[in-house]
Order: sequence, then C-alpha cells, then structure tokens
Amino acid sequence: MGKIEWAMWANEQSLAAGLIYATGGIVGVAGQFRGWQFAAFGIAAGVFVCLLEYPRSKRGKGTSVERTGQYCFTVCVNAFGPLTRNYYVRAFLHAALCVPGGFMLATVLGCVCLGIASLIYLSAAIHGEHWEPILPRTEPPKRVGDSIKEPPQNPPPRPPPELRRKKADKLETAAYDNPMSVTVNE
Amino acid sequence: MGNFAANEGLSIFVILVWLGINVFLFVHFYLAFLVERYYYTRVILGHALSWARAPAACLNFNCMLILLPVCRNLLSFLRGSIQYCSRTAARQLDRNLTFHKLVAYMIALHTAIHIIAHLFNFERFMDSQLMINSSYLPYVLSQIGNNDNRSYLNPIRTNETNPTIVMFTTIAGLTGVVITLALILIITSSMEVIRRSYFEVFWFTHHLFIVFFIGLVLHGVGRIVRGQTIESVKVHKPDECHSRFEDWGKNGTDCPEPVFAGNPPMTWKWVVGPMILYVCERLVRFYRSQQKVVITKVVMHPSKTLELQMKKKGFKMEVGQYVFMQCPSISQLEWHPFTLTSAPEEDHLSVHIRIVGDWTQALYTACGGDKTVVQDAWTLPKVAVDGPFGTASEDVFRYEVVMLVGAGIGVTPFASVLKSVWYKHVQENKNVFTKKIYFYWLCPETQAFEWFADLLQSLERQMMEKDMSDFLSYNIYLTRWKDAEAAHFRVQYEAEDDPITGLKQKTRYGKPNWDNEFSAIATQHPGSKVGVFLCGPTALATALGKQCISHTESGTEFIFNKENF
Repeated sequence: MGKIEWAMWANEQSLAAGLIYATGGIVGVAGQFRGWQFAAFGIAAGVFVCLLEYPRSKRGKGTSVERTGQYCFTVCVNAFGPLTRNYYVRAFLHAALCVPGGFMLATVLGCVCLGIASLIYLSAAIHGEHWEPILPRTEPPKRVGDSIKEPPQNPPPRPPPELRRKKADKLETAAYDNPMSVTVNE
Repeated sequence: MGNFAANEGLSIFVILVWLGINVFLFVHFYLAFLVERYYYTRVILGHALSWARAPAACLNFNCMLILLPVCRNLLSFLRGSIQYCSRTAARQLDRNLTFHKLVAYMIALHTAIHIIAHLFNFERFMDSQLMINSSYLPYVLSQIGNNDNRSYLNPIRTNETNPTIVMFTTIAGLTGVVITLALILIITSSMEVIRRSYFEVFWFTHHLFIVFFIGLVLHGVGRIVRGQTIESVKVHKPDECHSRFEDWGKNGTDCPEPVFAGNPPMTWKWVVGPMILYVCERLVRFYRSQQKVVITKVVMHPSKTLELQMKKKGFKMEVGQYVFMQCPSISQLEWHPFTLTSAPEEDHLSVHIRIVGDWTQALYTACGGDKTVVQDAWTLPKVAVDGPFGTASEDVFRYEVVMLVGAGIGVTPFASVLKSVWYKHVQENKNVFTKKIYFYWLCPETQAFEWFADLLQSLERQMMEKDMSDFLSYNIYLTRWKDAEAAHFRVQYEAEDDPITGLKQKTRYGKPNWDNEFSAIATQHPGSKVGVFLCGPTALATALGKQCISHTESGTEFIFNKENF
C-alpha cells in the first residue's frame, strides 16, 4: 500500500476516538447513568487523548500540514521527550486508557475506537515511525537598509527601464507596459 | 456587484431542498412517536424515544442519497441527457463529490444524535427492570410478555444483565456497533490529509461501506422498537387505563393487559433502490474494463511525464473527459483517474501521466521507461480503461468566448480542447460556435513546458498558415525561476521567439493580474457569456471564482467551471 505513514491515520483515528470517548462520558455523567464513574473517567481520558493527539507530527516525507493553533500543544507534547515521541508508548497508553470504557455502555464506542487507534499506532511503531514536532523554521533576519528599501530578491528578468522601451508602433504587441511613455519619433 | 445567482444559485437551491427534507423528516417522525400507540413506551423512555427515531428517519433518507453521487456512469448518462435542456443543471452534476461529503457529514451528525438518544433508552429500560416494585408502572410494563416472550414491551427481559451485555446480544445493538465503527473508520481515513497523501488507505477503507449497508439493513430486523398493537389499543385505551395498572386483566375491568409488538424494519425500503443502482454501476465499470485496450505508443517526456497512446475498440470521447486506468500486473484493485489529452477526432486515446507515486512509478517501469532500446509491443503491460467520464471541459464549445486556465499539470484537459480546436477549424472547417479562446498556463518550472510547447508550436504554425492568429490568445506565466535562468531571459528578451517555449508569444513572469485580464476581456466582448474553465489548485479556484462574480456586469457574464479529481 505504498509508503504510508500509519501514524497519520492513527492520529486522526485517536483524535476522533478521544472526542467520542469524552462525549459518551458526558452523556453518562449528565444522565447519571449506572456506572457514571466510568463515564467520568471517560471524559478525563477522552480530553487527555485529544490534547495529546491534537498536534500533528512532522511527516517523514512530504509537507506537513499543521492543525490550527497547534503550536502550543506541540511545545507541551514535545516537553515529554521519549514518552510522547515513541509510538509503542502511545499504543500501550491508548490500550490502557480504553479498557475502563468497556464497562459502561455510554463509553463502549470510545473504548473500541481508541482500541483500534492503539492498534494502528502499534503498526506505526513496528514500521519505525516516531513523533516529530513541527516547529517554525528560524528565518535569517532580513536586513533592511536605513534609507534605501531592498530591491526585490527575485525580480522578473527584465532589463533596466532605459533598454526596455518598446517602440511606439509596437505597443500593441508588447508583452508588458512601458515604464515611460514613448512617442513615435523616439 | 456581480451575478452571484448565475454561478451559485442552483447549488444553493439543491442544498436548501435537501436540508428542508431533512428537517421535515426529523419533525414528522419525532411527532409520529408521540401518539397513543407509544404511550406506554414513552412511560418508560420519555422523549428519548422520539429523539432516537427522528434521526433514524433522517439516516434512512441520507443513506439512500449517499450512494447516488458516486454512480459515475449514471451521472455521465444523466449529464448527457440534461445538457440539451439546461447547461446549468448539467453543471450541477459536476459537484457530486461535494454533495457526497455533505450527506456524509449529515449521516455522522444523525448517527451521533441517534446513539446518544439510545444510550438514554437503554439506561431507562434497564432502570425499569431493576426497580422491582409492583406499584411502579415501568416495572409492571416490563413484566408484560414474560410468559410468551412475544407481546413484551421492554426488550431487556431480565434484571440480571447490564446495558452493555444487552447491546452485544441484540441484533440491533450488535449491528449498531459494527456500522458505527465502520462509519468512524471511513470518516477518519477520508480526512483530506490522508486522502491526498495515501489514496489507497482511503480507497480500501472506504469499501467498509459494504459492511455499513449490510448492517444498516439488518439493524431493524430484531424489531426492538415496540408499541401497542392496533387491536390492543382498541380494547385498552392508555389514556384511561394507565393509572389503573394494578387491575389490568383482572375480572371486571375494561382494561385487559396491553399487547405489544415491534415495528417491521423500514430501512431496506429506502436503500434497496440506490444499492441496486450502485451494483449496476460497478458491473458497468467491470464490463467496460474488460474490453481490450492496446498500448500503441509510449513516449517519455522530460519532467517525469509519461505519455501513453492506446486504442480501444468502440471508445468514444468528448473534449476534456477523463478515464480510470488499471494495470493488473501492478495492482488488481487500484484504478486511477487521468485526463485524456487526445482529441475526439484522433484515432487513438492518449493520457499524460506524471510519475509521482508508487503506481505511476511501477507503470513507468512496466512500460520500459528506464530502458533505452525500443520495446516490442507484446512486452507492454495489459491495461484496462474505464470511462470516459464527463467533466466541465465538455462545455467549452458551448460558449462564444472562453477562458482556459491551467496550473502546471492541470493544463492536460485543455490539451485535448486545443487539439480538438485545431482539428475542427483547420481540417474540417466546421462552423464552430466558439469565436475566441484565451488560454492561461501557470507553471512553476520550465521543463514542464516541453510536451505542451510542441502542441502549441504546431497550433501556432497552423493558425498563421490559415491566417487565424486571432482565434487563440495564449499566455504562459512562469511563476518561479532561478537567478541563472533569469540572466538568460534578460539577454534574450528582444529575440523573435520566446527563449523558453520557442513560441512567438512571449512567456510572462510572475502571476497574472486577474483583475486586468477579466476587465480587458469584459470590454472586448460586451454582452456575451464567457466560460471560465480552471484545472488547478483550490486557492486559484477561489480567486477566479471571486473574479467571475465581481466582473459579471450587465451584459458580460462570466461563468466559472472548475475541474477536480
């Protein structure tokens, strides 16, 4: 199936699972169902999974697309070092978190979804993937001249204006406008 | 202010009708469960019953709709028939994938409402079995049907269980879990990030829809939604008898025990039609793919572009259509879409394939791309072709004035258009409705010009011979260049032919100023309908769409058509 990075799909799946887990937990607690303690755990686990999974990892190959506003999450998740970078740890964590959800109907769906996400992460880990933070590239500061504005870095390849004047009778076929007006006799 | 309605009107109308039907179904089925028959069901469940049944009806409707936009052959057929009546309606069919996604989101929403309501239902059913108190109506109701196990109300028949176990032991519960899981997996693998990067994961996971539909049809088979039977309501009126539940069935009362039964499954009536249509669609695709296709020529173009010329018996196409190609020796299951770059007037069909992923790389190797000696015809791989399928480019010749905008490889459908133009005007000299074509090609690198530049060169030559240089006005924009190249261009600016393409019209640098272009065209052609056709990235589509709307004034109308795969 090509060089797929399984972690990307695992990330989407676990984010969805976290939301479902939390929603099921909210329903269980709000409705005061039997076993609402498991539902309360579901809310906590679901929210935690969402926070952990929100920042996308940098892709091994290709351009990475960030989620909106993920930078602060990236910094937090990155701070835990190997605990969050390693996908075996994540697979095991998700598997452990999903188990209590199986004891109550409202959180069962979250449990199963998180379990599937855990399996996909296991596959990702076996394929040697790991989490990389997407950090902004530090660009070299542009030096602006004091009184002179910098010319454009990559100007359109045109000769200087003096050489660029098209003759007046060829104005219609010119591919660009004259920078200075011309008359026929020039 | 431009004519927004011309471009978007029909789409908005369709969406409003669809939303309206959803709202109507929701409200109608919500109220349908507030009647006398379900009085006792509501004693246990409250309004959660209606909250579960209303989205179920909407789900039936939307699951019926979701298969229809992906029946490509059916849509092509409809498009062909409709476009004689209304071009706008035919164009609406191009937005099938957008509609498919909208319906999918609606299914996800209604699934969520349905599940949450059922969580309450399960809990309340369980409660009424556990509150063992014969003065408690829900408990009394739950004991009805204990003898014959047929006339019961509460699907939870014992108090020695819990909702989770009940869910996994009822047909409705089990199928519900399975189809919800299938739906979630389909949705997560359809996210844009996954779809654009790993199409195969998206495509294979999407086939879980088969599991989804089977489970959906079986979901109601257990008849778990129960209400009083009609005969029972005649003799036992809930309004009068509900408070006298301790006397039901006893001698002398006029309240016999109520009898309950389940509703027959309804979903199959909604989805069986589209399912049959979809099966036919897949059969048509399979049949067409079995027709023999012969590769007659393989050309390797510079910027990792592979051109395949093929012949297939009985193949008919129109300009700018696309086909799906499969190569059994590479993958039995993968079909990939490619725009046809040949014109209908030619005797072969050709595609230009950019080598970007595994499948295209394998195709390149299979066609002998890395070998330098000439290949024998029998060594070329067998391919299958399904299609052609129509897209917006078919409409090009229905406009008097046409703007074609292609970004990078997106210029391929227009290769077909331009070739067809050449054949029509120059060889067959037909009276073509289209009077003027403005062609814009935006490209980030010079190498990509090569194969297309040849086509433009021959067109240029032919037009000069026939004294028709006015017909086609093309503008090539190089959007990125290196300093070294820039120096070369600077020196060559006065040359007769363009240094990059060898064409008479000079290559421009940077991005076009669309405002100027649109204004110029509007002033040149007052009072006409100008068709704007784009094959390129979404950002460009948004920009052009806005330009079309803002430059459509009294008289000149810019109609925007976008292609997408």
